[in-house]
Amino acid sequence: MGFLRSCGRGDMTAHDPNLPARPNAATTYLYDAYDRAFVRERVAEFRDQVQRRLSGGLTEDEFRPFRLMNGLYLQLHAYMLRVAIPYGTLTARQMRQLAFIADRWDKGYGHFTTRQNVQYNWPQLVDVPEILDALADVDMHAIQTSGNCIRNVTADQFAAVAADEIEDPRPTTEFLRQWSSAHSEFSFLPRKFKIAVTGAEHDRAAIKVHDIGLRIVKNGQGEIGYEVLVGGGLGRSPFIGKTIREFVPRADLLAYLEAIMRVYNRFGRRDNKYKARIKILVHETGIDEIRSQVEKEFASMDLTPFSYDAQEFARVAAFFADPPYESLPKTSAALEQAKRENADFSNFVDVNVSPHKIDGYAIVTVSLKPIGGIPGDATSDQMRVLADASEKFGFGELRVSHEQNIVLPHVKKDDLFALWRMLDDFGLATANAGLISDIIACPGLDYCALATARSIPIAQAISRRFASLERQREIGKLGVKISGCINACGHHHVGAIGILGLEKKGEESYQITVGGDPTLKASIGQRLGPGLRAEEVPDVIEHLIQFYLAERLKDESFIETWRRLGHERFKELARREGEDGSDI
Amino acid sequence: MAPPRRPQILIASDLKSGDVVFLGASGWERDHRLARVAHDATEAAAFEAFGKNEIEKNHVVDMYLAEVEIGPGGVPTPLHYREKMRVMGPSVRRDLGKQAEWASSEAAGEAI
Amino acid sequence: MALISDGAFVEDSWRRLADEEAIPKSGKIIVTLPRLDAALAARGPDAPLGVIAPNTTDPELLRKSLSKLSLIAIQFPSFTDGRGFSLASLLRRAGFKGELRASGRVVADQYLHALGCGFDTIEIPDDLAQRHVEEHWRNALRARSLSYQRCPRGAGSILEQRRKGAL
Repeated sequence: MGFLRSCGRGDMTAHDPNLPARPNAATTYLYDAYDRAFVRERVAEFRDQVQRRLSGGLTEDEFRPFRLMNGLYLQLHAYMLRVAIPYGTLTARQMRQLAFIADRWDKGYGHFTTRQNVQYNWPQLVDVPEILDALADVDMHAIQTSGNCIRNVTADQFAAVAADEIEDPRPTTEFLRQWSSAHSEFSFLPRKFKIAVTGAEHDRAAIKVHDIGLRIVKNGQGEIGYEVLVGGGLGRSPFIGKTIREFVPRADLLAYLEAIMRVYNRFGRRDNKYKARIKILVHETGIDEIRSQVEKEFASMDLTPFSYDAQEFARVAAFFADPPYESLPKTSAALEQAKRENADFSNFVDVNVSPHKIDGYAIVTVSLKPIGGIPGDATSDQMRVLADASEKFGFGELRVSHEQNIVLPHVKKDDLFALWRMLDDFGLATANAGLISDIIACPGLDYCALATARSIPIAQAISRRFASLERQREIGKLGVKISGCINACGHHHVGAIGILGLEKKGEESYQITVGGDPTLKASIGQRLGPGLRAEEVPDVIEHLIQFYLAERLKDESFIETWRRLGHERFKELARREGEDGSDI
Repeated sequence: MAPPRRPQILIASDLKSGDVVFLGASGWERDHRLARVAHDATEAAAFEAFGKNEIEKNHVVDMYLAEVEIGPGGVPTPLHYREKMRVMGPSVRRDLGKQAEWASSEAAGEAI
Repeated sequence: MALISDGAFVEDSWRRLADEEAIPKSGKIIVTLPRLDAALAARGPDAPLGVIAPNTTDPELLRKSLSKLSLIAIQFPSFTDGRGFSLASLLRRAGFKGELRASGRVVADQYLHALGCGFDTIEIPDDLAQRHVEEHWRNALRARSLSYQRCPRGAGSILEQRRKGAL
């Protein structure tokens, strides 16, 4: 039961500050001695590989795959280390360590990615073994965040707390993480391999654009299993994944995935790097033939070694049990009062707070997209504030979303105002979750050696153009996604508005696409017109928005209006602009 | 006689630090303004031979020639926007990378 | 070529038969895949026979010969080409009990991957052996004391350890 404190405009929370700090009961897997030994051994192995590289025992060609399998890229200005955040879940202690690493070995900040990982942009090769040791100190690692192997398995950032969930996808994801770590057979694949898992009706994990997408389902008998999709992916040639099997029982999941991996490892193309993903194999061979090969392989496998999986799965799943939620009323009087008294806070609640499955609780999205800021970046100070906030208000647990934001998944409604105050002090209270300025952008040519154009300045320009939160709310949910090259790490193909940065005649040139959707209604965006110069982009976006606002029917989102009107109407809009160069 | 070519500098990544380095008067420089310029194919080939040797000695990786234009004082500036980015640092964080180092060293120079 | 077994360079007791050479009745010889049938026919019943196969070989082609082969060498044209690992796994599943050799461009850092898929020995060209010295192969054996997967050999799996602990 909460009670109000009347201490002026200060503390409007019902949380009694005299109570001891809420116990850290983060719902995530805890390493056992075996997991710890595995990560430590991996660090020792990489330390040895670095030594051999420096002394010439390993050539760069030989070192590269192992460097990548430990998350280390060589980028435009420096090395870049990509740290794994399995299923996007972090404890406060781990977040603090990420801040420590940023300060000690980097330049005081990190970048959260579209695959729920975090990146450091300035580590030195010689320091990386120490950084990996610092990560191991808090049960973290950078294993397989790059390379031609199975990458970080991602899940829904609202796992375990969203109301529309059939089952928490994270135990499955943890299970897959262990199975895929240093796999003897599947560490030298034709290309990278990305798996995503969703357990809800709304797919927040974009499973349809992954090499393997898993959807937790129940069959007619109420048994839990997985719909398995294969061959989705973005990049140079985007594809939507196809269902290879409607229902794989839990007991068969790992064996079935091994069957898929074996077929891919054997028959995926190795002659052309750009045709080496499983999506190309499925496209060129046909899903029916691939299914036939996978089923044949699965039928030939000895399943006995997999028979222990049920016990192991149960052991893993137990770590994800609900935290000690208090029994609270559905409505928080303190929250309602705070909303009435503070318009900015009310706005934040409307936009950044999502319903929780437990009465009296809420899911908070902390935006890492301040107006005009660098999407997904957080300073070490901000990381520490987030860690503190999670301990004070959320069982010490944080999530990283696919939109490059941070989620506090278990916040009492009574505590929302105090949390908002805390976030606001550190520039973490931008109320734009899911709105037009909540832009997803890859690092682009400002950082990335693969990029053909910059992406961050485009995001900043659009963000500033639409700075007014009132206007953003009027526009409603709209996903703008920007990639700095055709590798599509910004997921532009599945942005309602997508922007792809290329080079044209020695200059950066931007192609706009419209109509992408990362959810179960997945669609790939369609081109609007010829490439634009950077300065032209905000104006064109402006015109698309104005057109949408003029044409939309009540409550229609941007993507819904686009679907109803058709792409031609939008293309025409862009064409007319090009003809006379004046505003429409 | 070989056709004239644009002047070039040699760029690489330092193996230990990952830093961008340029072939200078006597070895690798971190500041592109100190880079040696190859004016013809023979000089360029000599640069590449040096670079290849440095790769074999495990000092650098990813070396290549980049076209430049020569400014006042003979200072080379890369032509392509990608290499311009490499000599400066991220355009969205002017406080980081080589650009920040020059800014502070120039400021220090002014103070003298 | 250098041969690695149990983390050490060892003498190779096998001989690779050149394609032009006639198939001898005895002696430990390795033939190329196209000559396998002829070799099986020409050899005495107790003469140990090995075959060297591309990493794209269909295991079904070898199935009927498995009980008569003492060694299968799978080619690794490039160390980033992991097809040999799947082929080895499939040959072990098919019941091959002899020596499985990973032959070609394999680096010490892949030793445990190879063993985990059922390989016994690694054969590498001299240029690799110059840099991937014995110490690296010996160390590589200890790179991972336990594996997360269900490997057929090696120190065992984490899964098995947990199961034992849970009993």
